[in-house]
Parts: sequence; C-alpha cells; structure tokens
Amino acid sequence: MAEGKKKKRLARVDRDLCASCGCCRKVCPREAISIYKGLYALVDEALCIGCKKCAKECPASIIEIQEVDR
Amino acid sequence: MKQQKKWYDYLWIVSLVYLTLGFLNILFAWLGLIFFCTPLIIALVTGNKGYCHRYCDRGQLLALLGGRFGLSRKRDMPRWMVSKAFRYGFLVFFLAMFLLMLWNTGLVFAGARDLQEVVTILWTFQVPWHWAYHGTLFSEGVAQFAFGFYSVMLTSTILGLVTMVLFKPRSWCVYCPMGTMTTLICKVKAKECV
Repeated sequence: MAEGKKKKRLARVDRDLCASCGCCRKVCPREAISIYKGLYALVDEALCIGCKKCAKECPASIIEIQEVDR
Repeated sequence: MKQQKKWYDYLWIVSLVYLTLGFLNILFAWLGLIFFCTPLIIALVTGNKGYCHRYCDRGQLLALLGGRFGLSRKRDMPRWMVSKAFRYGFLVFFLAMFLLMLWNTGLVFAGARDLQEVVTILWTFQVPWHWAYHGTLFSEGVAQFAFGFYSVMLTSTILGLVTMVLFKPRSWCVYCPMGTMTTLICKVKAKECV
C-alpha cells in the first residue's frame, strides 16, 4: 500500500439542521465536540477519531462519518 | 474513558418528582416555571445552550429510558420532523396554546369562568384531576394556571416519550420549543458579538 493514501474518519455535522442540543458532546469519548455559540456542534478534527458514537446519538441524525485524506 | 458523574447528571429525578408532585397537589405545577425560565436566562446571559446538555432534566430522563433501559427503537426521525419548518411551526403552535392557557387562566382570575379541575392532554383530552386540588389561599386563577401549566408539562413529556420510543432517545430535543427558543436567542446574541 502506498503511503500518503491513508484515510482518516471524521464526524461531519450538518450545521444548518443542528439543534445544538449537545447530545453528541455528551457521548464523545475524546471531548472533541463543543457547541459553538449555541448554534451548532463543532467537531475538533484534530481530536475526532470517527468512532461514530455521536452520529448514533444525534436525535436528528445529521452527523455523518466521512473519510478524508490525512 | 468514563467521565465522573456530577450532581447535575441526576436531574432526571427532578422530572419524576415534578410529575409526581403535580399528581398529589396541582399547585406544585407552578414549580415548572423553573424549567421555562432557566434555559432562557442561561441563553440570554451566556449566549449558549448549556442548559440542554447539562441541566435539562427531561433530556436526561429520555436518554436514560431510551438509552440505558433500551426503550427506544433508535431509528432516524423522518426528515420532515427534523426540518426547520416543523421546528418553528411546532414552536408557534406551542406558544399559541400557551397563550390560550394564559387567557383561560385570566378569565378564571376575573371571575368570568369557573375553575376547571382537569388536566388537558395533547391539547384535546380532558382528564379529571380533582384529587390533586385541595383549595387555594389565593384566587382560583392560581389553581387554574397550575392545571394549565401541568397540562403543558405532561403533554410535552408524553410527546417526548412517544418520539423516544419511535425514534432516537432524545428526539424531543429536535423539536423542543424551549430548545428552538434558546437557539433563536443564541443566534441573535452571536450576531451582536460580530
């Protein structure tokens, strides 16, 4: 496998539909999520490991796990 | 990495205590104003929704019953329920019903209407609740507000439980009128800061 092609999984939030309830923040094992000014969930991409816990918890189901280049 | 529980992680008990107290003496329903004012005050003062994920007793109760006790199907909510139109629509409907309740309370205060010793569930079904009324030292309007407010709290708890079972545990949070209101406050405050 060629190096540099490694993918990293990240949680992506649909900010427009986010209810900023903070359910995701509560379950995040890395404390990577904060609620930005009470408007939407903000994921710290340096901390996020794409574990999917937030996506499962989100009552609006608006968090997706995406694969991005490192 | 399990986080240590704080005192505010047990506020779900408050939900149960509130509903029980209102079953015994309806005047306790007045305490519900705390659940109305605290999130608004927190949003107005700090410009965030700290109430939702930290102190909201109902959210904790739904998370506990739907999560730990497995009483939720954990399915996605229909997209129309997640839409902003539904959120704002529900807020407007909720506030309109709230104003109607205040109006009826005003009529009882004014002596133009008799006290209705009922709790109205889902804005429709009138359930006898006379056992929880033992008279009041003040106007009967005080009791009328208690019946009305308890109706609001019980109705929203029932809706929360139904969507918890059908969808995700905290589905209520998506269309919670208090949450929508605090989000609106935060939006205004965020713009002010820029």
